[in-house]
Amino acid sequence: MRYLLMIYSPESYYETLSEQQMGELMAGYGQFTEELTGAGVMGASERLQPTATATTVRLREGKLNTTDGPFAETKETIGGFYLIDVKDLDAAISWAKKIPTASYGSIEIRPIWEAEDYGEA
Amino acid sequence: MSSEASRAAVEAVFREEHGAILASLIRMARDFELAEEALQDAMLVALDRWPAEGMPENAAGWIMATARRRLIDRLRHEGQRRQRYASWWEREGKEMAVHERSWDAGEFPHPDDRLRLIFTCCHPALNHDAQVALTLSTLGGLETGEIARAFLLSKPTVAQRLVRAKRKIRDAGIPYQVPPMEMLAERLQAVMAVIYLVFNEGYAASSGEDLIRRELAAEAIRLAHILCELVPGEPEVRGLLALMLLQNSRQTARVSATGDLLLLEEQDRDLWDREAIRVGSGELERALCQGCAGPYQVQAAIAAVHAEAERWEDTDWEQILGLYDSLLEMGGSAVVALNRAVALSQVEGLEAGLAAVEELAAAGQLDEYQYLHATRADLLRRLGQKAAACRAYERALELCSNEQERNFLLARRSEVSS
Repeated sequence: MRYLLMIYSPESYYETLSEQQMGELMAGYGQFTEELTGAGVMGASERLQPTATATTVRLREGKLNTTDGPFAETKETIGGFYLIDVKDLDAAISWAKKIPTASYGSIEIRPIWEAEDYGEA
Repeated sequence: MSSEASRAAVEAVFREEHGAILASLIRMARDFELAEEALQDAMLVALDRWPAEGMPENAAGWIMATARRRLIDRLRHEGQRRQRYASWWEREGKEMAVHERSWDAGEFPHPDDRLRLIFTCCHPALNHDAQVALTLSTLGGLETGEIARAFLLSKPTVAQRLVRAKRKIRDAGIPYQVPPMEMLAERLQAVMAVIYLVFNEGYAASSGEDLIRRELAAEAIRLAHILCELVPGEPEVRGLLALMLLQNSRQTARVSATGDLLLLEEQDRDLWDREAIRVGSGELERALCQGCAGPYQVQAAIAAVHAEAERWEDTDWEQILGLYDSLLEMGGSAVVALNRAVALSQVEGLEAGLAAVEELAAAGQLDEYQYLHATRADLLRRLGQKAAACRAYERALELCSNEQERNFLLARRSEVSS
């Protein structure tokens, strides 16, 4: 099954990190990504720019409304994701807990709606 | 046999075997709903044939074989309609159908199937209510209406909980397996928590019309027995079983003839179920021999110390206090600290106990907890501080939702307000 692992953390956390700590975090991510690729379960992965760069768009009754910022103000915001293809949820959980941000932020796991899921109740 | 009696006999067999058979069917189908439907089909066949032909010698094997055939039929049928089942049918279903004739009822039951099922039902990706309902429905074989009555919920509420939980298992890919080693400790905790919650729902119920709820306590004990069989190397599981047996031994003595709740101190100890105490203490000893004490074992030990005392005055409070200290060291909650304060009041006197309770009250964590105020009230009452005791009873009453406990608190309050 394919799962999207969404990486949430408070953006303010990164301001508290020294350059060296930030380097270690990035190295941790590099290692994790390599491990995923090596295991043959990697689908896609990206890091996102901070929420200060976000734009939210809504179309209501044909009228466009564009606003600055993320769609909701939350303490933890999404900062990146991995798309993986593994056997089941337990396998996805095993990978999620290895993501460096799991130790200070949160990882939300969502299954992908696959073609064969259409037509199900 | 009358048709009603034979129907009841068939239903009793199905309920007894429900968990094991459904667990095996789910392993084969990888789908809760199809497995349940196949089991329902088998029951209809049994209702049709057993009264006339007599019950088969190996009833469980017969049900399994029949349900398995029906499952293959259903999968074949669904495979033509739905993509999901089509791929399953290609992969495994055909193979299963080919071996149908040579399938041996002796292969059944697989003990691992039930273990897989209980871990699936108590998966942390399901919420607590869903875990409980699903465990009772699949492993316990309770009907939706029975679960609803036991938890004082409407039948549609429980039915919806079950449907949603099964849908999440399917759509989120919650596996049907014994979790990998790295997750086993967390998952086993979740399973034990569900079983103990089911027990407490039943144990706390005590009036006549609550009989169905009391059966929950028996159901929890049955589930713990199964879990002990499945993971014999885990002393905490046995500790949980011992704890429930020991607590349940006092079920009849907990309530007076007029339906009032009785404290340990007031209970007629002749009403305690000696057999349950013997079995419970035996299980506890076996657990402790495995040499890895945990919170369930320590709580069981506390219950065992109470059970050993022939009279309230004979209670070995020093031992109980020591056990509460161990529980706190294991990371016990503020509730454990409250119980320790009660033990302390027995060992070192009411003032020492009250001081410990006041300290907990000041921390504020248990402010919404009825028993903090009830305990505080009790200690104040016994120290003769009537006005303060009365106020504490008032607060406890505000938080109380159980009818019997309410009557108890009202009676005590009137003692101090006169």
